Amino acid sequence: MFNHLLSLLIWLPLAGTVPVLMAGSSRPNLARWLALLFMVLTFVASLFLLPQYNADLGGMQLVEHHAWASTINVHYNLAVDGISIALIILTTIIGVLVVAGAWEIIKTNTHQYMAAMLALESMLIGVFCATDALLFYVFFEAMLIPMFILIGVWGGPRRVYATLKFFIYTFLGSICFLIGILYLYSKAGTFDLHTLAALPLSMTEQSWLFGAFVLAFAIKVPMVPVHTWLPDAHVEAPTGGSVYLAAVMLKVGTYGMLRFILPITPDAGMHYMWLIVVLSLVAIIYIGYVALTQEDMKKLVAYSSIAHMGFVTLGMFIAFVLVRDLGSVETARLGMQGAVIQMISHGFVSGAMFTCIGIMYDQLHTRIIKEYGGLVNVMPWFAVFYVLFAFSNTGLPGTSGFVGEFMVILASFHMSAWVAFFAAFTLVIGAGYTLWLVKRVMWGRIHNPHVAQMRDINKREAFVLTVFALMILFIGIWPQPLVHLTDSSVAQLVQQLAIHKL
Amino acid sequence: MPTINDILVLLPEFYLVAAACLLLLMDAFIKPEQRGTLHWCSIVVLLVAIYLVIAGQPDVTVTAFGNMFIRDPASEIIKVFVLLCTVLVFIFSRPYLIDRKRFVGEFYTLMIFAVIGVMLMVSAGNLVMIYLGLEMLTLSSYALVALNRDSPLSSEAAIKYFVLGALTSGMLLYGMSMVYGAAGTLDLAQLHEAIAQGTVSRLMVFGLIFMLVGIAFELGAAPFHMWIPDVYQGASTPVTTFIASVSKLAAFGLAWRLLDTGLAGLSNYWQPMLAVISVLSMGIGNLVALVQTNIKRMLAYSTIAHMGFLLMGITNATPGGYASAMFYAICYALMSTVAFGVVLAMARAGFECEEISDLKGLNERSPWFAGMMAISMFSLAGVPPLFGFYAKYLVLQAAINAGYLWLAICGIVMAIIGLWYYLHVIKVMYFDQPEEGGATVSASDSSLRVVLSLNGLALLALGVYWGPLLGWCRRSLGLS
Repeated sequence: MFNHLLSLLIWLPLAGTVPVLMAGSSRPNLARWLALLFMVLTFVASLFLLPQYNADLGGMQLVEHHAWASTINVHYNLAVDGISIALIILTTIIGVLVVAGAWEIIKTNTHQYMAAMLALESMLIGVFCATDALLFYVFFEAMLIPMFILIGVWGGPRRVYATLKFFIYTFLGSICFLIGILYLYSKAGTFDLHTLAALPLSMTEQSWLFGAFVLAFAIKVPMVPVHTWLPDAHVEAPTGGSVYLAAVMLKVGTYGMLRFILPITPDAGMHYMWLIVVLSLVAIIYIGYVALTQEDMKKLVAYSSIAHMGFVTLGMFIAFVLVRDLGSVETARLGMQGAVIQMISHGFVSGAMFTCIGIMYDQLHTRIIKEYGGLVNVMPWFAVFYVLFAFSNTGLPGTSGFVGEFMVILASFHMSAWVAFFAAFTLVIGAGYTLWLVKRVMWGRIHNPHVAQMRDINKREAFVLTVFALMILFIGIWPQPLVHLTDSSVAQLVQQLAIHKL
Repeated sequence: MPTINDILVLLPEFYLVAAACLLLLMDAFIKPEQRGTLHWCSIVVLLVAIYLVIAGQPDVTVTAFGNMFIRDPASEIIKVFVLLCTVLVFIFSRPYLIDRKRFVGEFYTLMIFAVIGVMLMVSAGNLVMIYLGLEMLTLSSYALVALNRDSPLSSEAAIKYFVLGALTSGMLLYGMSMVYGAAGTLDLAQLHEAIAQGTVSRLMVFGLIFMLVGIAFELGAAPFHMWIPDVYQGASTPVTTFIASVSKLAAFGLAWRLLDTGLAGLSNYWQPMLAVISVLSMGIGNLVALVQTNIKRMLAYSTIAHMGFLLMGITNATPGGYASAMFYAICYALMSTVAFGVVLAMARAGFECEEISDLKGLNERSPWFAGMMAISMFSLAGVPPLFGFYAKYLVLQAAINAGYLWLAICGIVMAIIGLWYYLHVIKVMYFDQPEEGGATVSASDSSLRVVLSLNGLALLALGVYWGPLLGWCRRSLGLS
């Protein structure tokens, strides 16, 4: 069984779509329970990755190798390292939570909603497992289909605009990626990532490939200036869609960067490193200010997601300078590790924030901040969770938001104090927009009579929020297990950065 | 003198001619209400033909009637899929034809004769044979388009198709005569030899250009695409399905036979020409499809765009390139049968599913067939993990391998533009609310439902497991 653990993880949720769809629109409860069953099974299966993976050894493990189209040397190759495992477990936890979170909220075509969630989970796990570039691309693209349907069918009033924008925007990026890997295939005759990483490429080739890859993944992350689809998609998506989008799909962008850009085009990466660093800082500061002015809660959190993802890209790309110019492998690892932890942490924090907004929206049917106020009077338990997540979003020590950002800022000090200075700005701006949001929504007097009638969270919602809270506190207080899991993989990534491929 | 061996090589073709004549006779003698028997007999005839093609498949190339006829693995694959698509067309069309009181024997026999034309054309070893096979296909198609006698639109389409078709087949013939004048032979193998040995004369390149016009017309590639939208819209939907699937496979066969078996030595000349035609087709097809409101017309422009992609594979001019183009042709044929199959299934007595808006809210009423249509649309758009993606990927790879990186990039840009109108169909089906008396799959014909579902699921299954089909295509062209 363990020989095919990765395949099992990919195909189990996908197989789940069949019974869920067969439950039909007339038996929504059956569809819900079946979906939950498959999500929980996948989650349990993903836990088996931890004992199976030797974290001290690092590298790609649990390798699966099957012929797919062997005549043209395309294979169904799967393997994971510590970073992938962390992301897979993030995905499976979020999977359980979105199904539980959507329980009685989604009333129309429940079976299709649940099936789309299962299909999405399957594709996301596939992306984190694939070690063949074409297979990676297939999963990378295929996840657009369920998300397109999720936003388009169960979304808000402007859902059609948002979902088409989302689909075409991301398709544009990923098809540049396709051209990139096709070019690599015409050079190397294989899509195997390991071989591609060792392929010597001239600076011109690397620059073009770097451009194609950055465009593809920057749209997914998203980075400034190709982020404009994200606020629209988030605002219109149903809660579960928003949670999946923010918590996992954005990570696919940064994961793609560390699987493709860092090993395959390291010299171009070094050369254009400044571009990514500047864009990351712009995301952190400028998008932070943009978040400050938002009146829609979902938009606010969407913009704050862009700002936080800026830390991930920053942490990854300062590593180039740290290793190559300053020869400081330790600090490069620190930055990279920070980026990885930030990916996982942001997954939980943004997922939790969107879930909270969903809970409020289900009762008041508005996301406009002005409409709320004094919520703590009627929803005390909810307020506890909400404030915790808000603190984590600002990067308060003791919560997961602190760990990754702190490591990245620390590492960037070694590159330039200015970079660190601007990156650290987030602590001010982030606190600004998040705490102001809390103030306007939670505290104060109730001025909207509808707010007075709101009920506190029920058991199901409490369960979902508790899981989020536990994960955030766990990573915040004791990040060591996560660091241990990913450390050797991070070290190998940093090693690859240092290799000149010209 | 033809030997018994010659006849055995052509067994599937001879069998099909005899069977078609029998069906014609049978149609004359049965009562109209027994026509269901004719329907099933035609399907059995085609299935037996598939068996004969596969069972008699030679490992090596076999020729008959003094090199007039070549039976090689690649042509066999095209024949199998042509026959298979015709079976699909027959099954999908029956309820439609019955509802419209057009359930006539000519529909079946004309299509089978067209298929015989395709089979002769893709196996032709001689320019004249190619021409004869092509004429047999197109003449039957003209009649099929005109079959809907009462409709002025249909008659108009048939006349347009006929006039333009006659003109271009004249051009093809003219080109062939030029090549004959330059090389002194009509035999494809000798032609290949002559080009390989001798110098290429200007006359021959002149002839080549005219032959490319014929190929481009048959594919429906720009700038010879004008007939496609009118014929697709004007012809009754079953005939459109036939033209979209079978004729496109046939057109690939024509291009491959002429350009590879005969004129491979001129590839320096025809490669850039095809590249230009490819870009034009993708551009015109995708851009004009954006503004279509009629679903058949939209799919017509989408065909033009797809033929541009298919040409990318041929532009590669190596066995690998032809294999990718063949894969593309098969893929396109199977995708279009699903798309038109759903359109056919939705049409009912007094209601033609013509406009894209007729599909509004299909997911609420017939979620299963909305799903099939969605699979088909995502596949046509080239979104993985569906079948259509791998076809696109292979031709893009072929273009890059041949050094046409700019062509591949144009293709990618066009694929993004094309995404819009495919997504629009899905948007209409899933995101819009159904209207009174609007979209539903009403046909209660179980064979239609089952086979259409299988066809749709095949797009999904071949998307996951596409290696064997590609391997088959590549082996047939002599690759490992």
